[in-house]
Amino acid sequence: MKFCVCIKQVPDVQASVQTGRMVLNAYDASAVEEALVITGDAGGGEIDLVLIGPSSATETIRKALAMGATNAFHLVVEDASSLDSNAIAHMLAEHFKGHTYDAILTGKQSQDTDSGLAGSMLAELLALPYATNAVGLKATGNGLEVTRQGDSGQEIIELPTPCLVSCSNDMNNPRIPSLKGIMAAKRTPITTTEAKTVAPVTLVARTFPPAGREPGVKWEGEPEEMVSQLVQKLQQEAGVL
Amino acid sequence: MIEMNSILVVLSVQDGRIKRSSFEALSRAVAVGGQHGLTVNAVILHSNASKLAAEASKYGASKIFCFEDRVFDSHLNAPLLAGLETAIEKIQPRLVVAASMESIKDVWGALAIRVDAAVLPDVASFDVNGDAVVCERPVMAAKVMAAVSSSHPRVLVSVRSGSYEATESGGESSIETVPFEMSSQTLSATLKEIVTTTGDQVDLSEAKVVVAAGRGVKDASGKALVDELASILGAAIGASRAVVETGLFPATAQIGQTGKVVSPELYFAIGISGAIQHVAGMSNSKIIVAINKDADAPIFDVATYGLVGDCFKILPLLNAELRKALS
Repeated sequence: MKFCVCIKQVPDVQASVQTGRMVLNAYDASAVEEALVITGDAGGGEIDLVLIGPSSATETIRKALAMGATNAFHLVVEDASSLDSNAIAHMLAEHFKGHTYDAILTGKQSQDTDSGLAGSMLAELLALPYATNAVGLKATGNGLEVTRQGDSGQEIIELPTPCLVSCSNDMNNPRIPSLKGIMAAKRTPITTTEAKTVAPVTLVARTFPPAGREPGVKWEGEPEEMVSQLVQKLQQEAGVL
Repeated sequence: MIEMNSILVVLSVQDGRIKRSSFEALSRAVAVGGQHGLTVNAVILHSNASKLAAEASKYGASKIFCFEDRVFDSHLNAPLLAGLETAIEKIQPRLVVAASMESIKDVWGALAIRVDAAVLPDVASFDVNGDAVVCERPVMAAKVMAAVSSSHPRVLVSVRSGSYEATESGGESSIETVPFEMSSQTLSATLKEIVTTTGDQVDLSEAKVVVAAGRGVKDASGKALVDELASILGAAIGASRAVVETGLFPATAQIGQTGKVVSPELYFAIGISGAIQHVAGMSNSKIIVAINKDADAPIFDVATYGLVGDCFKILPLLNAELRKALS
């Protein structure tokens, strides 16, 4: 099967202090991993990558190549900060006009904005059947079997190819690139083009810290004492019992 | 045709009933509509839509449109997309609002392309300001809030559960059944199976009390203590990603950035360290009780009441005390 995984470079949101360190979006890493597992099991296949972002995002492309992807396309936008999901989806759709695949994979959302829109927008623009929030993926004779996490359980869906699947990080644990993979990725040519940007339809006016919580109390000591203090508080002050 | 100055609220059905979070979104829409002179309508897409509409009628929508077809119960995105597209074309709303849940997240992006709309997803608040729809939404794993807006002629918004109260308005909605037929070729995907894990348990995103377990709960004996606490309090059971990965708890119980967002009156974090991805899904809870062995665990930063200790020692005592207190 021939896959293309859409990847994004994002700030490391897990870090307690933002240092400007940029990483491969964790959901996209799961999408790359899943494509590697499926092509590996099938004894072959091809995995392309496509990324929209500044020149400095090359390191993120190299990371995904080092995991085992075959080729990469870098649609360069030096300042991608104002591009919303709609703009990204249109730019990707333009790219896919010239490239066809059995399946396009995306992360289900990006860790920085948590919008979770670009995948299904792209599917609609390309008129592809799609599934989102996949936690399992299997190649079948003529398509993909997707297990997606729904509201009240898991839904197992058969999608014909070509199709698009957005992947959850609950799908797998992405591999750490091997030294050999890292060395090979350094030599893989990346097809770089200046991307034509699309005007966004939403904008971020400002950002601010969320309302903080009232500081609480923390007890240490004998379990019996802590439990009776807690039950008393819940009954009296909090009034929730 | 209704003029394009209305709000349309999509009322989502799960396990045969309309989600409370949908009524929260509708109540907010009714308030915004009242302030800005916008008509508020609702739509239900379900085989049992008109019966559900009768129950939804007290939340203040002018009209509830019922798309009654079994195809909508299939959990597939193609029918929901086609139904919503038809509804939007018919009703021509300025703003479309739904509760943020997996079935909506599944179609919101594609729907926006199909009906030429902008999307502000997973918001904690929404309002109308002049010609713009303005919202606030958490970003960067809920460490930052963003004020976002769109002046696009049509905007889709999905609202995080617990952001607003569901309030009955006293009025009554008129109900219109809309004939809908899904052509079979639009159904490109096939649903093979649904593995339901929620069953008869208390619905996590609607529960007043949530008892959530993390790595510290370790095994089946720890889970039994958590289950017992939940049953004493009539609480829904949640979990951190760690114990969903080990298989101790089902994926539908996962709370956090990638799972469900909850905002109960009372939240118990049992053996949960409090990684930001988890906190992003529960920090709006009114009272947070944390039990953890590690006094430096970040969960204590958001806890109202923190108990530093082994949950295997604390839970049996707590369960006994609570039984006594509630009897």
